[in-house]
Parts: sequence; structure tokens; C-alpha cells
Amino acid sequence: MSAEIAHAPALHHEHLSHQFEDIEQQRESYVVGMWAFLVTEIMFFGAVFLAYTVYRVLHHAAFYEAHKQLDIGLGTINTFVLLASSFTMALAVRCAQVRSRRGQVVFLGATLSLAGGFLVIKAVEYSHKFAHHLFPGQAFHYPDAAIADQARLFYSLYFGATGLHAIHVIAGMLVIGAMLVRALFDRDAKQDYMPVEMTGLYWHFVDIVWIFLFPLLYLIPK
Amino acid sequence: MTASNEPAAVPLSEAHLESVAPHADRAPSYLSAGHTLRSWLLTQDHKRIAVLYLISISLFFVIGGLAAGAVRVELIKPRGTFMSSELYNRMFTLHGVVMIFFFLIPAIPAILGNFLVPLMVGARDLAFPRLNLLSWYLYSAGGLLAITAALTGGVDTGWTFYTPYSTFYSNSQVTMTIAGAFIAGFSSIATGINFIVTIHKMRAPGLTWFRLPLFIWAHYATSIIIVLGTPVVAITLLLVVAERVAHIGVFDPRYGGDPVLFQHLFWFYSHPAVYIMILPAMGVISEVISCFARKRVFGYHFVAGSSMAIAVLGFLVWGHHMFVSGQSMYAGMVFSFLSFLVAIPSAVKVFNWTATIYKGSVSFDAPMLFAFCFIGLFLIGGLTGLFLASLATDVHLTHTYFVVAHFHYVMVGGAISAYFAGLHFWWPKITGRMYPEGPARLTAVILFMGFHLTFLPQFVMGFVGMPRRYHYYPPEFQTMHILSTAGATVMAVAYLLPVVYLLWSLRYGKRATANPWGATGLEWTVPSPPPTHNFDTVPVVTGEPYGYDEADAPLPVTDSVVSATMQATGGKTPGGTA
Repeated sequence: MSAEIAHAPALHHEHLSHQFEDIEQQRESYVVGMWAFLVTEIMFFGAVFLAYTVYRVLHHAAFYEAHKQLDIGLGTINTFVLLASSFTMALAVRCAQVRSRRGQVVFLGATLSLAGGFLVIKAVEYSHKFAHHLFPGQAFHYPDAAIADQARLFYSLYFGATGLHAIHVIAGMLVIGAMLVRALFDRDAKQDYMPVEMTGLYWHFVDIVWIFLFPLLYLIPK
Repeated sequence: MTASNEPAAVPLSEAHLESVAPHADRAPSYLSAGHTLRSWLLTQDHKRIAVLYLISISLFFVIGGLAAGAVRVELIKPRGTFMSSELYNRMFTLHGVVMIFFFLIPAIPAILGNFLVPLMVGARDLAFPRLNLLSWYLYSAGGLLAITAALTGGVDTGWTFYTPYSTFYSNSQVTMTIAGAFIAGFSSIATGINFIVTIHKMRAPGLTWFRLPLFIWAHYATSIIIVLGTPVVAITLLLVVAERVAHIGVFDPRYGGDPVLFQHLFWFYSHPAVYIMILPAMGVISEVISCFARKRVFGYHFVAGSSMAIAVLGFLVWGHHMFVSGQSMYAGMVFSFLSFLVAIPSAVKVFNWTATIYKGSVSFDAPMLFAFCFIGLFLIGGLTGLFLASLATDVHLTHTYFVVAHFHYVMVGGAISAYFAGLHFWWPKITGRMYPEGPARLTAVILFMGFHLTFLPQFVMGFVGMPRRYHYYPPEFQTMHILSTAGATVMAVAYLLPVVYLLWSLRYGKRATANPWGATGLEWTVPSPPPTHNFDTVPVVTGEPYGYDEADAPLPVTDSVVSATMQATGGKTPGGTA
């Protein structure tokens, strides 16, 4: 192929795609691309945070009352679960970089389990809210009629924001699962570490979104 | 920034001017790299993906154009000619949705940008070819959803999907149409990320930021807008759907929600989206003007900087869509002031293009005529924008045909003229064939005439009070509406002609040389059409772009290096090849 001519032989690398000159350029491109993607994700959640900010300023007292129905205990546990998963993800990236297949399998597996645990706890919380008619659908009913409308707004934002976050957790789990399978089949530990590192970046982002959501939703000051 | 592209890594002895020669006998062109449907639908070649985009975007342009035609015909009589009011609402919404989300936003970046960004920066492809192919599939899926929605009842909200009409009252295919726009949004995000990474990381050795063609600067600025803006409209539209389908109300005033918040979030993207349409157009114009005036672009750094300035300022002016929506008067004053500021970088561009033409060796080939169309129409579109940026006049003019005329001058007059300019300019590069010059020049003239005939009357009737989007109107506006519809007919001719002669040229057009215009830029150093991997050898750039002034004089290049300033044009003039 004509493209081959352009390479000095020393620059060839087992993981190099044809459009790049050398492996450094390819890795830097991955990093820039991933960060650009994360910027789009920040803007995506940014609109929800903006809506939340506007309405909390407008209806602060009602938001304070409504947030009391959230389970701070479960929310706190979930925060630690997700933080732990970020820690194991960081270890998995490290293991990928030093080409430890065993370490990758262990830590990706741990991350996947913690992410699953997060979703289970979230599901328990959701089911409580549905049982108490706090899901802002047709069956919504808030005990204090005076602030029912604003409480509905709060729960719209609660379900909107945590639901979007949960979708991102699920997407992350799919990618982490793919990385896990990839590591399992990587008998000679020859795979490029960059995909795992990119997965790590994404997972930390998912974690950080929750770090903002948790205090905004669960810890509203009076 | 290009530390990874050490020039020393390139076998310099091979990277010389031979890549200029039309060596079709060596690397096969990207068009002949495979003839099966599969070789096109699964391609990762940015040039083939650009052609896929060209075909599908053209189809959507036809659909949007037919809808526009139907609206114009309907408005010939004060009480309509053949549509019910419900159908009329759905028709202008179809026109808006298709033209904005499926034509104007992707047109120049996804077709010309896709084809040219890697060529202009001296790369073999975009950074993420599979993502690029995915973007085309997302675009097509989004487009099919939107068309399905139109065929199964249509939407009557207007392309703006204002709440609470879209969330509560409208009995039409809002959800499906929004799903289409949402998916198409991800296609444009994919393109934006690809351009940003490619421009940052894949420039050829020696191609520093201030040696980049202005087309690249424009696409870089556009990509930043796409990456920052599109996700916001995506989540906003998602919230509309959530409110409509699941009654999770964030914008619903019955529950303390605020429809004006929807407008803020919507215009936070949709105003910058205007710059997604016009910035790449401006990039095309810089290339074309410079080539056909045979002069370096006047004030290169300012033109490049003005693209970035427009990208930044564009995010700070969305509130001028909401002067009468109940936002605070003080917010209105700030937005008004900031909107005026956008005029500065826009004027920098127009003045610098004019200065580029001044004392240039101007030739009037079709791309240049389209570029003149652009400047003339954009000038009017831009200046009337100032009327609308002024608080007091906007209160009178908003929601009238004045606004319709204003944004059509920018988005249709401007963006489509530039799109045609670019399509003709790079047609030889894309297809390997020359288009016929006579019909193309005629098209530019017809387009210019037809455009004014269509939209100048709309300024007038808007100014005297004809509201936009109305189905029925008082009889005194009929003359203006008839003029406008007549103009639309003339414009239709200008849109159909290129379809005919460009398709004709694919078979009967004169074969194009590598550089038929004697233009500068790396894309003209490779054969027409280019081989699959673009460059046989990695080009090394040693000079500034647009070295037209030196076209007859020796350039600062050694014989071991290909220069972006293209000594190899041999000082050919465009007129000589026309």
C-alpha cells in the first residue's frame, strides 16, 4: 500500500492504525478525543444542573421539604460504592499499562460488581419512591398539598438526573464488561492498554457526576 | 504540538514534488478502490463517507425544498390555495426541521469538511474513521425517523418545539421528530470530535496553527460549537419528550416549571447552531476568494481569529431570541449589546475578503461568482441582524417576516451560496471531472436574482407587520407574497441546474488535473480524485498558506519538500483552464 512508504520501519507498532504516523500520535489522539467527548457529556448534564439550580433558587423551601423523603443512608452508601469502583477502575488501568492480565480481570470484575451494586441500591430507592407515589407521573401524590407542585418539580429533576446518570452507569458497565472479556481472551497480554484507560476516564466521569448529584439532591441545607 | 511528527521521521528524499504529478498509474483513486455497495456502505475512508453524505444530504435538501415550495405556493392567495391550516403548519415545520437539522448543519462540515480536513492538514484520514462512518449512519437513521414522522402525520410545532405547546397541546408526531433530531445531533457531535482531534494531533510536519488554511480554522471553530452546544439541545429535547410521554414535567408551568427555561436551553444551542452553518461557509469563501483573486488572504491572522471570536461570542447572545418572551429587561440589554459585538468579527471577515479582492487578478469562474453571491447576501443578512439585535426595533420586528427574511439571507443566501462555491471549487478534486463552466456561472446569477426576489419582499412585508408562520393574511400583502413565490420558483431553477450539469459532468466532464485552479493548499498536491490514503509521502510544509503572490516567483522550498505554497502550480491562472 502507498501508506506504507510513509513509515520509517522503526515507527511501526503492533497497535498502530493506518491513519496515524506513530503510536504516540495515536495515543494522544485517543486522549484528546475522549476528553472532547467528556466535554459533551458535561454539557449534557450541565443543562440538568442549570434547571435544578434555577428551580432550587425559586422554590428553596419546597425543595428542602421534598428532599427529606430521599434516603440519605442509601445515598451515602451508594456514594462510597461508586467511589470504590473508581478506585478499582484506576487499579485496572494501572494493570493494563503494566500488562498484568490477572490484575485487569480482578479489578475490572470488581468495578463491574460495584457498579452493579450501585444500580441495585438505586433500584431499591426507586421502588420506595414508586411505592410512596413520589414518581412524578400520573400517580404522583405528595402528602403536603401546599407544596405538592414544587415537590413534583423536585422529583422530576431527581428522577431525570439520577435516571440519566443510571443510563450512563449501565453504558459504563457494558464497556467495562467488554474490556473484561477482552482481558480474559488476551492470553499473551498483548492488547493495547489505551481502551482500558479510555474506559477509566469515562468511568471517573460517571463517578464525578454522582459526586455532584448526591449533595445537590440529598443534602439540601435549610 | 506536532512533536510526534518529527520531520526527520519522513524519508525526505522521497517526499518531493512528484506527488503533484497526476500519477493515476500508481495509487488507485479512492473512487476505484472498490465498486461494490458493500465497499461504500462499510468504508472508513473519509472521502467516501463524504460522498455518502453528499448523496443523503442532497436528498434531504430536495425534501426540504419541496416543503418550502409547497408553503410558497400555498401563500399565493390570502386564504390559502390547497392546504388545510393543520397541513400548512406541518409543512413549514417539515421545511424547518429538514433544512436545519438535516441540511444546513451537516452540509458543509460533513461533505466538504469530511473530504478536505484530512487532505488539508496532510493526514491519511480523520483520527477516528469508524466513528466517522458511524456518524453517517446516525445521520441517516435520524433523517429516516424525521421523514417517517412527517409521513405518519407530521409535526406542527415549528422547528423550535416550544413548550408547553410541544409537551402538552400538540397532537402530532413530536416525539418521533425529536428522536430524529436527537440522533442526528450525535452524528454531528461525532464529526466535531473527529475534526478537533484531527486538527490538533494530525497536522503534517511544519504545518503550524498559523499555516493552516482558513477553511481548517473555520471548521475548528465550528467543531467547538458543535461539541459545546449540541449536547445541551439534546438533553433539552429529551426533557421535552420526558414531559410529553412520562409527564416528568420540568418546563410545565402547572407544576412551577418555566417554559422560558426551555427557550433559554433551546437557544443556547440553536443560536450557536447558526454559526455551525455559517462558519464553515466562511471558511469556503476564504479559500475561493484568495484563489480567484490570486492573492494572499488579507489579514490572515484576523480572519482566523474572527472565526474563533464568532464561536465564543456566539454562545453569549442566545437571549436575543427572547426579548419578548418575558426575560428580564436587563438581561435583554446585555444580550442586545453582546449581539452587536458579533458584528465585529463578521465585519472583519467581509472587509478582509474585500481587501483580498482589491487589486487582485480577479477571474470570474463559477466558484468566485458563488462567493460574490455569498458576500452580497451575507452582508444584507448580517446587517439586518443588527435591526433585530436592537431591543426596541426587535419588539416591532420579531415574529414577523422580517426575521424570516433576515435568517434566510444568512442561512440560505449565505450558507448555500458558499456550499455551492465549495462544491464547484472542489468538484474536480472530489470527482476527477470538471463541471461545465457556462451553466455553473448562469446558476450563480440565477441564484442571486431568485434569492433577492424571494426574500426582499419578505423584509418589506415583515416591516409593515405581516407575522411569520400565519396561514391566512390580509389581502394587502398578496402582491409581496406573489413576488416571493415567483422568486422561489427562480431559485428552484438555480437548485435544479447543478443537479443536471454536475451529474452530466460525472460522465462527460473534462478530466481534471491535480490542480485545475492553480490553487495553493495540500489538497491540490495530490491527484484528482485522490488515492485512498491521500498522500504517498507525508508532506512537509515550510511556508505560509495562500502564497499566490509568489506563484510566478521561486518559493522558499527546497526540492526535497512539498510546500503548502504550491510552487508546482506553475503560475497557472484559473482562466486558462476554464
